[in-house]
Amino acid sequence: MTNLQLLWFLLIGVLFSGFFFLEGFDFGIGMAVRFFAKDRDERDVVIQTIGPHWDGNEVWLITAGGAMFASFPMWYASLFSGYYIVLFLILVALIFRGVSFEFRANMRTDAWRNFWEWASTIGSFCAAFLFGMMFTSMIQGVPLDKNGNIYGSFTTYVNWFSIVGGVAVSLLCFIHGLNFLRLKTSGELRERAEKWSKVLYPVLLAGEVVFVILLYLTTDFFSLKAASTWSILVALVIFTLIAWWGAMASHDWVSFLASGLSLVSVVVLIFNGLFPRVMIGVNNVNSILIKNASSSPYTLHLMTILTLSILPIVLIYFIWSYWVFYKRLRSPKQAA
Amino acid sequence: MLNIGLSMLGLSRFQFAMTTVFHFFFVPFSIGLAFIVAIMETVYVVKKDETYKTMAKFWGKIFLFSFAVGVVTGIIQEFQFGMNWSEYSRFMGDIFGAPLAIEALAAFFLESTFIGLWMFTWDRFNKVVHCLFIWLTAFGSTLSALWILAANSFMQNPVGYVINAQTHRVNMTSFGAVVSNRQLWNEFPHVIFGAFLTAAFVVAGCSAWRLLKKDHEDFYRKSMKVTLIVGLCACLGSVWSGDTQTRYLINNQPMKFAAMEGLSKNSTNKGEWAIAAGFKNHQKTWSVEVPYVLNILGHHSLNGTFKGQNQVNKELKAKYNKNDQTRNYYVPTRTLFWSFRIMAISAGLFGLVAIIGLWFNRKKSQTIMRQRWFLYLMGLMVWLPFIVNTCGWFVTEFGRYPWVVYGLLTIADAVSPTSTVASLLFTNIVYFLIFASLGAVMVILSHRVLKQGPDSVTTDGYSSKPEKTQDVDPYEMGAAHND
Repeated sequence: MTNLQLLWFLLIGVLFSGFFFLEGFDFGIGMAVRFFAKDRDERDVVIQTIGPHWDGNEVWLITAGGAMFASFPMWYASLFSGYYIVLFLILVALIFRGVSFEFRANMRTDAWRNFWEWASTIGSFCAAFLFGMMFTSMIQGVPLDKNGNIYGSFTTYVNWFSIVGGVAVSLLCFIHGLNFLRLKTSGELRERAEKWSKVLYPVLLAGEVVFVILLYLTTDFFSLKAASTWSILVALVIFTLIAWWGAMASHDWVSFLASGLSLVSVVVLIFNGLFPRVMIGVNNVNSILIKNASSSPYTLHLMTILTLSILPIVLIYFIWSYWVFYKRLRSPKQAA
Repeated sequence: MLNIGLSMLGLSRFQFAMTTVFHFFFVPFSIGLAFIVAIMETVYVVKKDETYKTMAKFWGKIFLFSFAVGVVTGIIQEFQFGMNWSEYSRFMGDIFGAPLAIEALAAFFLESTFIGLWMFTWDRFNKVVHCLFIWLTAFGSTLSALWILAANSFMQNPVGYVINAQTHRVNMTSFGAVVSNRQLWNEFPHVIFGAFLTAAFVVAGCSAWRLLKKDHEDFYRKSMKVTLIVGLCACLGSVWSGDTQTRYLINNQPMKFAAMEGLSKNSTNKGEWAIAAGFKNHQKTWSVEVPYVLNILGHHSLNGTFKGQNQVNKELKAKYNKNDQTRNYYVPTRTLFWSFRIMAISAGLFGLVAIIGLWFNRKKSQTIMRQRWFLYLMGLMVWLPFIVNTCGWFVTEFGRYPWVVYGLLTIADAVSPTSTVASLLFTNIVYFLIFASLGAVMVILSHRVLKQGPDSVTTDGYSSKPEKTQDVDPYEMGAAHND
């Protein structure tokens, strides 16, 4: 394995971390549209909080996908073709939630507004759930042939661990969304979000325990790299506890950052467990390794130069756009 | 024509065609409209005429629908290379991945961030800065076209690569060659001019419909003027870039060219150009021809000849058939022939309508309001750019058959071996239903925005109750500040 290959493996991890940190609260907000907000005014505000941002956040996924294609074509080809139906459902979910905000605002009847609000809620939930399911089923090992093709059965994708993984990721996203609401709204919405997260954190912790047990039973993470796996899991639990404390003590920023970091911990856990592989085969001989899966040194080198020169500029205006909209919102009836 | 049996390959091809065609309804429209809105806002900033501000906001609203649908269907585009064409992804990853990743990094972040800023910060920034946001969005979307076409151009005309002896996959040797591919610099201007043309004639056509109802005369006449100027320039640009691109094909992809011109046998020195023709098994059965036009178009001269499909097929067989002597290199002749004619004839129509429209719509003249037939014609032409764009891709992509990467990888070898007919059938049906509904919602919403008229646009953002809020920025609208 060369340094460039390692760098790109890490960069893909960083891009997915960015995606889950940012789109994580987008998904949470999307779910909150119907699960949390009580009336139309509240839903206006809830959607408004991510209005200028959701599209940019989704670009992290597109960039992660593109970077994976560019730096590890064998990984991209194997994962994306092997998870055909799962990714197809994710795409459908992303389509519905993506257009829902724009379309909802232009509907005339309550029935149609309801329709697009549910499209946002169900779409966001399904996308988060399916991403969780995909990554947790992938780390258990999949039936790879020697060409890197996955010939999976139903239980390859849907099993106890992958369902728990799906639920855990969607719950994490939902709470992360609530924490974002606490940060971006004031008055009743903010208080209710805080109340909800206080209730949800014990549930999440219980879920994390189940997740760890199943991780132990179904993956080789603990047998291959016990120390790092344990440290990341401890970090995950600590971030969850910090976020919980933030909800108790009304520290909105602390909760938001901590819930984002717990999502990042999950990504780190997965990438740490995969290393030095990118796909784990049920038959270990067929596992796809970083050193065999990458593009040529020329392409990796080129990509590195381009990324290092473009990404800093992107980050500057990306963060600036959040700063422009850094203002709390409240629903009009409270303002009146 | 499309050969769709219920085979894995056929269904995968159908899926790619469907998702790409649908996505490409919105892409050129969004790119073009971003520029047109940017021009309108610039005129507002320079002339300080409020009509142009309303114009930018009003057409900007339709732009936002198109942008949203373009974004969500674009993710399908990126994912389906891996999902449906995993062998292609393995083969091409070294080349394709780089432009795709740069597209995301350099272009998508730019357009998505600044469109968000543009949408929600009317009156919160200095006029010039706000105008800059839409220019950056337009610039970002153009950049995205450049990078994805860089990848497509490689597939049409591979350059700057070697075949890795061990893996039998392409390895990039020169990024400079990939980016300076002549195919790219023929294709990219044509796509961008096509995008301007699309947006221009949609906006002009929508304006024509409103003028027929005598609605907001000043507003729609000014909109029409701006867009017809853009449309005329774009039309000339399309013809010019179309010409250079087509002539480039003569040597580079001779089969594509022969099929576009419906040449089965080699052409004679008289250069007969077929206006219409019938084909059976790639052989011309009848045709209506005009002498010399083919030579004028292809050689820019009265003399010369072109290879027909039969001759090209023989040459390609000699070049590429090493193991399999039965493989032929004919492309779907009828599709290419007619697609090319639709493009060429439409270009003439667009140019004519733009010139007449600008004349009728000249200042201090009421001609445009009296010539209702002309407004009807323009109104109907709203649909034409979308058909023409699709024809363009039909020529480009069908004309490469049987290759997915010209001369290197066939379509049949590119498909995911793990796909199944059942899953592909399912996803094709679902995609079709989703696209049909999204398309319908788009049309209904755009129509509704048009009917509401320019007075309604003072609202933006995602509020469910636009009618209650007038002329405030979205933060005061959906929610009050909390200071």
